[in-house]
Formats: sequence, structure tokens, C-alpha cells
Amino acid sequence: MKTDDLIATLSTNVETVDRWQMSRTLARAVAVGAAVTLGAALIVLGCRPDIRSDAALASLVGKLIFAAMVTVLAFIFLIKVARPGEQRRGWVILVALPFVGIVVASTSLADASAAGWQPMLMGDEWWRCLLAIPIIAVVPFVLAVGAMRQAAPTNFRLAGALVGLLAGGLSAAGYALHCTADSLPFVALWYGGTILLCTLAGALLGPRLLRW
Amino acid sequence: MNKPPGVVLTTGSTSLLQEALFAIHTRRHTYDRTELFTPWMHAIARYKLIDYLRRSNPGLGDVPIEHASELMALADHEEVESSIDLKRLMAQLPLKMRRAIQQVKLDGLSIAEAAQQSKISKSAVKISIHRGMKALSAAVKPEGKS
Repeated sequence: MKTDDLIATLSTNVETVDRWQMSRTLARAVAVGAAVTLGAALIVLGCRPDIRSDAALASLVGKLIFAAMVTVLAFIFLIKVARPGEQRRGWVILVALPFVGIVVASTSLADASAAGWQPMLMGDEWWRCLLAIPIIAVVPFVLAVGAMRQAAPTNFRLAGALVGLLAGGLSAAGYALHCTADSLPFVALWYGGTILLCTLAGALLGPRLLRW
Repeated sequence: MNKPPGVVLTTGSTSLLQEALFAIHTRRHTYDRTELFTPWMHAIARYKLIDYLRRSNPGLGDVPIEHASELMALADHEEVESSIDLKRLMAQLPLKMRRAIQQVKLDGLSIAEAAQQSKISKSAVKISIHRGMKALSAAVKPEGKS
């Protein structure tokens, strides 16, 4: 095939593309991922039984805000990383903000003696959290990878990590509906930790999954 | 010419060029109009080059980016035909995609005219072209895992 012919072919009657197409594809993946995640958490795990009490509700809202911040930040940077090139990537460090926030909050607000830390950190369902969040995250992860493959990332580690972070954030929001462990240090360690685990998994899988 | 050892490029330069052109075409929705165009295009070309080297030179691992422009210079811009023939590639496509690409991309009909001729909707023509182009660009890729 002659290159000139190819160029002529490609440039004949080119349709205009929608400038929002890529963002919309990613946003749709996130929306579907969120719906499936929250739905699965409610149906499979069930809502926490004490939801009517004010304390439980406040704690749930707090967890959801944390998870939503993680997800929104990951989404913002994912849109940037989905485009080829290396423009202004330094800001990506901002995704750490919710994590820093919750660690600071849990060390300052949780006024406990050294002995009080143990039950707050470990709770009695930390292992469920550790299992459930990464498992639930598989669905939004697959959806977001599918959307990213329509785009053109060139930094696969970073893109993969952000997809993992996004999926972890969504999954944590879903799991929060079920989880009854409310201490801030618990949320910081087990929610934050498992979300980071998802991020790490994404960074490892990115170069394999995101090639185009 | 300071070529990294073990890199073979001359034979594939045309197909690499064509692959990059396809990629620029099929991924054009990823261009952000508030950014400069050339870096975007270069990023795609560079990615396709590195991807190509990785595929054609297994064991090469990373290619230092400084070599990328020198390797680019090797690509001859004369009229070279790659071993891939557009007609042969087209023949592999399903009828609907082939017809849409033939009408709109080769014969120069508008989307509306093509839709009328084939008695399908305009969006069906667009989708056929889009999918067909993707299939063609996948077929241009030299063998190897991607």
C-alpha cells in the first residue's frame, strides 16, 4: 500500500469527532461502575443494619465522602493521562490528598491512649474489608480499562494506577454501605490501604491491559 | 548514525509509518484542542515506534528516547510500497464495512450519499467506517503480539 494512498484514504470525508467523546466514555464507565458496585454491595452484602442511627449515618456519609474524593480525583487525572503525551503530570500527586486528610484526621481526632489504638485499628472485620474492596473493585476496574482502551494513554503504569485507584474508590464507597466499623483509624488503614492495594494492582497490570 | 545495537528498522519503516498514520486517525478524539497539536502527534508516533521496536526486537526492553528521533530519520519518505496491499486488506473486511469505506473513503461520496446508495442509515455508514478503519489499522500492524 502506498503511503500517499493511505493518507488520501484517511483524509477523505473525515467526520468531525466530538471533543467530549473521550471524557464521556470514561464518565459512562464510572457511572455504570458506581451503579454496579453500589448495587452489588447492597444486594450481596446488604446494607448495615444500624443505618437509622445518627452516628452510623454520619459515619457512612464520612466514608462516602472519602471514597468519592478518591474517585473524583482519580477520574480527573485519568482523563489527562488518557491522552498521549506528557503534559503537566506533576499535579497527579494531588490524588494523595484524601489519604493524607484521613490519616491526619484519624491521628488528631481519635484521642486514645496507646492501648485504645489496637481495637480501633483492627476492629473485628478488617479482613472482610481487605477481601471485599479489591473483589468488588474488579467490576469498575474492567469497565474503566475498557474505556481507557478507547483512548490513547502512553504512560501505562500511571494510567493503570489511576484506573486501580478509581476502581478502589468506587468499591470502597460500595463496601461502606455494609461496613459497621466506624473508627477513623480503621477507615484510614483498611479503606485507604485496600484502595492503595488496588492502585498497585492497576500499576502492575496497566502495561499489559492498556496497549493500543 | 548512532544506532542502538540490534535494532532493525529499515524493512518495516513504511508499515510503521502507516501504522502511526492509522493511529493518529483512529485516536484523533484524544486530541485536546486547548493543547498544542505537534506534541500530541509526536507522542503517538513515539509510542508507535517504541511499540513497534518492542514487537520486532523481543528482548530489547526499553529503547532510550534519545534514539527515537534518529530512528525516525531512517524512515524513507519516498514512494515505497509496503507489502500490505490496501485492496487485499479491504477484501478481509465484512461487506458492510468494505462497502462503506469504498464509497466514502475511496470514491469520495458523502456519508448521506453512501447511506442512500446502500439503503442504510447515515449513522450505520459512520459506524461501518469507524469499525472498518479500526480493523484495517489492526491489520496493518506487523505480526507479533500487541
